[in-house]
Amino acid sequence: MKLLDFAEKLQLEIMTEKDEDIELDINGAYVGDLLSIVMGKAKEKNVWITIQTHLNILAVAELIDISVIIIAEDMEISDDTINKAKEIGMPLLKSKEDAYKIACRLNEMGI
Amino acid sequence: MINIPIKSDTYIINANDFSVAGKVSSDIKKDLKKLGIHPKIIRRTAIVCYESEINIIIHSIGGKIVFELYEDRIVINSEDRGPGISDIELAMKEGYSTATNEVRELGFGAGMGLPNMNRWADEFRIESSSKGTLIKMTIFL
Ligand SMILES: Nc1ncnc2c1ncn2[C@@H]1O[C@H](COP(=O)(O)OP(=O)(O)O)[C@@H](O)[C@H]1O
Ligand SMILES: [Mg+2]
Repeated sequence: MKLLDFAEKLQLEIMTEKDEDIELDINGAYVGDLLSIVMGKAKEKNVWITIQTHLNILAVAELIDISVIIIAEDMEISDDTINKAKEIGMPLLKSKEDAYKIACRLNEMGI
Repeated sequence: MINIPIKSDTYIINANDFSVAGKVSSDIKKDLKKLGIHPKIIRRTAIVCYESEINIIIHSIGGKIVFELYEDRIVINSEDRGPGISDIELAMKEGYSTATNEVRELGFGAGMGLPNMNRWADEFRIESSSKGTLIKMTIFL
């Protein structure tokens, strides 16, 4: 699925590159805010929904091959985090909704 | 076992430096990818390496990670200069953490680091005294 379509369907704001060519390879989703638990349990190609916005979510996402990060609850994201996401090519999206709502929408989309 | 590493790298890790947390694991992951190591092995190595890296940053006064690749295995040695773990059995329990609230707010301190290392490494050895903590993890290829 194209990143732009994904973002539009879920009403997400794209914080990183908005290139039309960006394709997401997604297989499932994981919700979590404790990094060690996400490390151990999220699977590769997952969508990761979290309210953590610290720089370190990118290290975790990159290490376990997350496809896209969705920041829930309209949490504020620092430029450091956004720049790092751009640097490593990790799509970083933001939602006004809570993690449960986002997960429900993903489910409706067949993820 | 074959005792000459094909590759060996040492990474110095400073205490409290969250901005670079994950860098060592990320570098090691990239190296293993280039060498064509199986993705499952890379993932396990990345997880155990990340957890040791974070523990040195959060809980110790500084240390290092030595990565070694042998023909048949990967060895991660994590070594720090203290203050050490007084009760290892307790520290190994899932959910046990002495991390401060400040650190927890960043998403660390789930108390799953040592259990994750133990789970994902084929061999896990830990020694600790007030002088420091030594962890040796082996993952067979
Ligand atoms: N390198 C270390 N030096 C000193 N104490 C440590 C070290 N690693 C772990 N510990 C102790 O063991 C506890 C459990 O570690 P861990 O399972 O990684 O959980 P967490 O890091 O989330 O607290 C820590 O909270 C800390 O008290
Ligand atoms: Mg830990």
